[in-house]
Amino acid sequence: MQLGRTARIVLGTITVVVLGLVYLPLGVVFLNSISTSESLSWPPPGFTLEWWGRALESTGALEALGTSVVVALIASAIALVLGTLAAIALSRYRFFGKETVNLLIVLPIALPGIVTGIALNNAFRTLMGVDLAMWTLVVAHATFCIVTVYNNAFARLNASGTRLEEASMDLGAGLFTTFRLVTFPYLKSSLMAGGLLAFALSFDEIIVTTFTAGTGVATLPLWILQNMFRPSQAPVVAVIAVILAVLSVIPLAIAQRLTAKDAAAVAR
Amino acid sequence: MRIVPASAPGPAPLGPGAPIPASSREGSMTTQRLSAYLAPRRRLRLAGLLTAPVLWLGLVYIVALAALLVTAFWTVNELTGQVQIEWTTENVVEVFTEALYRTVTLRTLGIALLVTLIDIAVAVPVAFFMAKVAGTRLRHLLVVAVLAPLWASYLVKVYAWRALLSSDGLIEWAASPFGGSTPGYGIVGVVLTLSYLWLPYVIMPIYAGFDRVPDRLLEASADLGAKGWRTLVSVVLPMIWPAIIAGSIFAFSLSLGDYITTKIVGGATQMIGTLVYTNVGAANNLPLAAAISLIPIGIILIYLAAVRRTGALRSL
Repeated sequence: MQLGRTARIVLGTITVVVLGLVYLPLGVVFLNSISTSESLSWPPPGFTLEWWGRALESTGALEALGTSVVVALIASAIALVLGTLAAIALSRYRFFGKETVNLLIVLPIALPGIVTGIALNNAFRTLMGVDLAMWTLVVAHATFCIVTVYNNAFARLNASGTRLEEASMDLGAGLFTTFRLVTFPYLKSSLMAGGLLAFALSFDEIIVTTFTAGTGVATLPLWILQNMFRPSQAPVVAVIAVILAVLSVIPLAIAQRLTAKDAAAVAR
Repeated sequence: MRIVPASAPGPAPLGPGAPIPASSREGSMTTQRLSAYLAPRRRLRLAGLLTAPVLWLGLVYIVALAALLVTAFWTVNELTGQVQIEWTTENVVEVFTEALYRTVTLRTLGIALLVTLIDIAVAVPVAFFMAKVAGTRLRHLLVVAVLAPLWASYLVKVYAWRALLSSDGLIEWAASPFGGSTPGYGIVGVVLTLSYLWLPYVIMPIYAGFDRVPDRLLEASADLGAKGWRTLVSVVLPMIWPAIIAGSIFAFSLSLGDYITTKIVGGATQMIGTLVYTNVGAANNLPLAAAISLIPIGIILIYLAAVRRTGALRSL
């Protein structure tokens, strides 16, 4: 686009300032994790590695991390299956009630978390009469994760059109063979992206989690919330936060490589 | 993100006149037979695809939601604290007539709208720079830079703002030489923190929206004599409007139901979420909590219905 020099500079400056402001609080968390102050006061009175040592020995945090990973993995797996099925149905068929199905998929994420939370809590305990446990948490998470997989798969299916699939069928491949050899390879990277988003969504969720996790089931966000206000634990929470932020680069890098590969494939 | 409008692809089931896949070297006899059986049966294939997701969402979510709405018309036994199936409109009437709920609803709506507007105002120039000004390498870098904070825990970010806003925090330290001071814990803190939290969710769809605007259109507009602003308003804005709405759904909906941010940086500020939370937890009055939750459900449904025509739901 033909933009004046000034416009480019202004836009660039805004972007830099905004990104700076986005990272400032995270930087403060990092400094708090090595600050001698327990109450997060600024500027840090001194520096220490004590909290890092304490955090790495904290069994509560490590167990919570394990729980979070397991819950997020199962929830994403369920969301992958259901989201893909829904995406194929809505992108390849025209039928009555299509808009309603679309709304049904979006609704769990569009409605406030607290509504979803108390609705599921009430359904599990009163309607079904079961105790909250880890599986109730997984079911709740899978429900609001479907939309991320669905959106990614649906976009890809719509962009691809049906020509390749038709060609495959014309050449004699059956429905399943076509899916396995034509549709799935094309969908794969978008499913990875959707699955990653679902994992992230589940991993970080706190509101629905509060209402659907059984006693004794502590995910990392629940652990953080419980420990945040304890004075001696506050810097330990900051350490966990820094570790999480650093670890988060891995899935992002995967997602980036996937999109880069896609771009290369399209260019060919 | 989608490229083709939803109306474009025809019915195109997987090859209407598909020959019997006898020549296919892949797959066992059973799958071949199933495939041959399903090929001409469009409705059956559709049912096979839709059954699992619709059953899951219907049974888990819609039933739960319906049950919650019904609970709003039940009562709580004052002695045992158990929910009783005794029909009453008391809770709903209370929620819609008492001043407390009106005040809190208006405050929550105000906060959610303000957060949405702030996020859009910040996201549009950033997303535009990312999609249309930055080169390929820088663009990839910026996408990562914007997405990375999404992976840092929500709580950690709220916690960071609690530290920033505190009376011996960074904001106080930076502002005091100029005679300013930290806004402290209250509505301003809540608005700042929520805007911060949802910003990446708003930037990404808008960035994708800008990305879908072909450069050729912008060049054509410039060739026809339109200045930058004119192109922006007449060509770009109508095209990215659905993306802006899609971004706003995140910021608006996520703010509307929040109670944890309010609890951590809001001081005594109450939002709708706070009222629902206290009635489920401390007060143990699920019917009243359900009645209160009718407010955000209603607001969101109205919002979704209003934006549905823009096609924004499909570019989420």
